[in-house]
Amino acid sequence: MFITMKYEPVIGLEIHVQMDTETKMFCSCPVEFGNEPNTNVCPVCLGMPGSLPVINKRAVEYAIRASLALNCKVHEKSIFARKNYFYPDLPKGYQISQYEMPLATNGYIEIEGKNGRKKVRIRRLHIEEDAGKNIHEGDKSFVDLNRAGTPLMEIVTEPDIRSAEEARIFLETLRNIMRYTGVSKADMEKGQLRCDINVSVKPVDSEEFGTRVEIKNVNSFRFVQKAIEYEVERQINIIESGGKVEQETRTFDPSTGKTYTMRRKEEAEDYRYFPDPDLLPLIVKREWIEEIKKNMPELPHQRFERLMREYGLGEYEAKVLTNIKELGDFFEEAVKHYNEPKGIVNWLINDLQGLLRDKGIPIEESPVKPEHLGELVKLIKEGTISSKIGKEVIKEMVETGKSPSTIVEEKGLKQIADESAIEGIVKEVLEKFPAEVERFKNGEEKLIGFFVGQVMKATKGKANPKIVNSLIRKLTGVS
Amino acid sequence: MSIDIETVRKVANLARLDLKEEELEILSSQMADIVDFVNQLAELDTENVEPYIHTVSETPMREDKKGETLEREKALMNAPEREKGFFVVPRIVEI
Repeated sequence: MFITMKYEPVIGLEIHVQMDTETKMFCSCPVEFGNEPNTNVCPVCLGMPGSLPVINKRAVEYAIRASLALNCKVHEKSIFARKNYFYPDLPKGYQISQYEMPLATNGYIEIEGKNGRKKVRIRRLHIEEDAGKNIHEGDKSFVDLNRAGTPLMEIVTEPDIRSAEEARIFLETLRNIMRYTGVSKADMEKGQLRCDINVSVKPVDSEEFGTRVEIKNVNSFRFVQKAIEYEVERQINIIESGGKVEQETRTFDPSTGKTYTMRRKEEAEDYRYFPDPDLLPLIVKREWIEEIKKNMPELPHQRFERLMREYGLGEYEAKVLTNIKELGDFFEEAVKHYNEPKGIVNWLINDLQGLLRDKGIPIEESPVKPEHLGELVKLIKEGTISSKIGKEVIKEMVETGKSPSTIVEEKGLKQIADESAIEGIVKEVLEKFPAEVERFKNGEEKLIGFFVGQVMKATKGKANPKIVNSLIRKLTGVS
Repeated sequence: MSIDIETVRKVANLARLDLKEEELEILSSQMADIVDFVNQLAELDTENVEPYIHTVSETPMREDKKGETLEREKALMNAPEREKGFFVVPRIVEI
């Protein structure tokens, strides 16, 4: 038995999600990226004395919507608290958060794990504000407070995750829920979704958890998986060699794939939480919660099932279209224009997506419009062009943004379906290769492909392959 | 109630206060007095009393509409050090 198989990781995640609001959590400064430093600031988010926070209603609505999508109980009363610590990107000297009475508790989401479906419980979801950004250079740090005060949700899971892969799947599922509900863009690379990981290991047959280590701020799905894989191995090695895992905070370095000590438990911060006297309790009325529930957008698992049911798609296709919401939107729009779901999904996933990826264009900025993809599939389905020509046309569509019929027209790519026109070419080909014709007649069946290829070459791929096939057989007398 | 010097040192550190040894002595006795004073409240029976947090019942909310921001010049005017529109501080050591 491998040493690693004697142990099982126990993983819990703490996720910060930036809410997609116009303005900050406690002031009306815009939430925008890429502005000049310290231009989206005001006395409130700068922590000026005498300023007072006022709650953004939309942020509360988004947090409630997310809580409901995560099957949480939303509390009608929750309390904002101050988390006290000193750091230059936190001008007030405290972060406004929720502590003892969070907005929502006791939820779960279902993920598709290795051993089928499983539930990962959500302990709590609360509202807080983001800090600013620091840039370190030489012996100085530069502080930009544009991000300070951006509305965040902190989502904490129970330690229900049992492998690095499960952690990644959980995060991807969570990201999709955030996107589908419209509460966040949830792009990890842009820091809109950030993750802290709690990991411990225990013997497989033990009920008791080991000492846990926290890994801070891992910023991609792949790194989350790698950081956990490394950390689990590190902890098992310590235990196997008779040592003890220390409770501490570690950081993951993507360049080495390893985790490093940040601080030990005894140096841990003492945040001295207390209710923020500047903010009264947050009261959300039952009716408001019900209204948000009623207007809940379609969730990923609902779309997944609908794609299979409504369009007859396979599990794989449905999953791809669900995982990238914009791809699913594109598909459904294209099908509206030409009702051929299977053809459209194939051209979308196998061709268009790859071509766009090569050019680094996301699907939502595709030069090919959904109705044009529908039109392309129609041209092929109706025999106006062959699928081989279709591959050329779609490349041209990506390059020029023109409609497929325009391209077919301009380049004269219409399939030749006129039997007499094709017959002449087939005759020429057969005359050119008498030896092959002889072998074909003697039963070398696979040569049919060779003849078809020659005809296609002569017609630049425009001959209708069905007609070519039957003409070759007719003229050689091989049935 | 007595507060030992180590506790005073820790609280001072959390508040980023740099105290001299003799100040630590004085504060340790003063803090003990304060805690004793406040501890008188513990004599009350609060068994069936809801915790007091706020008198008014509910926080107001604002619509998610952009408002005015400060001119950068004003935002930075109190900064001891600034450069290219940033606040500048001694290099932060990640802890």
